[in-house]
Amino acid sequence: MLIDWFTVFAQVVNFLVLVYLLKRFLYQPILQAIDERENRIATQLQEAAAQQAAADEQHQQFDRLNAALKQHKESLLAAAQSEAEAEQQRLLDEARQAYDELRTRLQDALVKEQARLSVELRKQVQQETFSIARKTLADLANVPLEAQIMAVFIEKLQALGTSTIAQLSAALQSANHPLVVRSTFAISAEQQARIAQVVKSLINDKTTLEFQTGKEEVGGIELSANGYKIGWNITDYLDALEKRVAGVVENWQKNPAQVENINHDN
Amino acid sequence: MSLTPDDQIFWQFGCFKLNATIVWTWVVMLILVIGARLITRRLSRDIHISRWQNMLEIIVLGILEQMKEVGLKKPEKYLGYIGTLFLFIVTANLCTIFPVYEPPTGSLSTTAALALSVFMAVPLFGIEKKGVVGYFKTFMEPTPIMLPFNIIAEFSRTLAMSVRLFGNIMSGSMILAILLTITPFIFPIVMTLLGLLTGMVQAYIFSILATVFIASAMQSAAN
Repeated sequence: MLIDWFTVFAQVVNFLVLVYLLKRFLYQPILQAIDERENRIATQLQEAAAQQAAADEQHQQFDRLNAALKQHKESLLAAAQSEAEAEQQRLLDEARQAYDELRTRLQDALVKEQARLSVELRKQVQQETFSIARKTLADLANVPLEAQIMAVFIEKLQALGTSTIAQLSAALQSANHPLVVRSTFAISAEQQARIAQVVKSLINDKTTLEFQTGKEEVGGIELSANGYKIGWNITDYLDALEKRVAGVVENWQKNPAQVENINHDN
Repeated sequence: MSLTPDDQIFWQFGCFKLNATIVWTWVVMLILVIGARLITRRLSRDIHISRWQNMLEIIVLGILEQMKEVGLKKPEKYLGYIGTLFLFIVTANLCTIFPVYEPPTGSLSTTAALALSVFMAVPLFGIEKKGVVGYFKTFMEPTPIMLPFNIIAEFSRTLAMSVRLFGNIMSGSMILAILLTITPFIFPIVMTLLGLLTGMVQAYIFSILATVFIASAMQSAAN
């Protein structure tokens, strides 16, 4: 007989014992360990997810802060740039103003210098002209220049019209001042007497005269009463000369060659 | 040479006897329990686990997975029974690589005992699930005429399972013994390898069949 019933019974018991033992020592601990590990992993995953969410939140916050910082930086840069441009403009304006002031001062100084030079030149030319005229008159006619000027002046006085004399008289009366005769050169007593005589004959005998000599600005001789003037002077000639010289200079500036040619032709 | 290890009796007192089947069953039991105890003594609950623990987890989860695939709703409840069935047969068959070892599954008494336990377990689990009346009602389905056939089927499948396991393991041992006498070299090794494979397959088939029976009992109980 292949089946031994005692052995069968014993094996059933053995098997049931083995089931119990393996349940006790194998399946329960293993399943428990697996469950615990799964729970732990699930917890860790949840924590990781929470941390990830927190990290995402922080990342977004960081992004927002970064964007705000960038914007702030750009606005600061823009402000600084506009400030720098304003400062540049201000400095440029200051420099331009300083330049303008300096140029104005220079121009003023130049104008003043020109004026001074012009006056000086005029004086020189006047003296030279007088000198040449004096010498020429002395050489050619043996007549002093001053005497000739005086003669011309007296002729002018004598040739005054009645209306002019009336005006002169009126000016003399309103000013209540003596008539002033100013001259560049010295006037001799004889000549003074001659002038006084002519004036008195024109206006009246009570007219008094005051002679002022050495007045270079007169450029000749003149009789004045309260702004009213009669006389002879070189100023007109000098003005004409100045105009002509100015014209020549202007032409030379425009066309130097042509002026040169003109000068050569002359 | 004996056909079954039952014939090797070490000690006898009346009807009580200590034969090779029982002794080697105890050895297998010791190996299983001590091995399990050694490994599960220091189980890690952490992510990092030892290789032995990993192996045990793979085995246990593999058994659970197979049971689930067969159709058991709560495989953890039947793990102790089905898993032990599988592990016992596997270990008993694997140990055939040791020279003096006589596999207890090569005894018709052992396979009959295992088949008997399945034969008893199936209605017990069914009754636990549906109650006594509910379970026995399933024998009269689809019609009461089927009652005798159902009863015959219940017994015959138990018998078939036990004979199948016994025949395969016993034949393996027998062929090995015969071949050892004819060609003592090389060929027995190949046959041993084949025997190991057959043993594994038998363990799998036995366990799966037991699961299928239990699952079908559960299924009909559920219906």
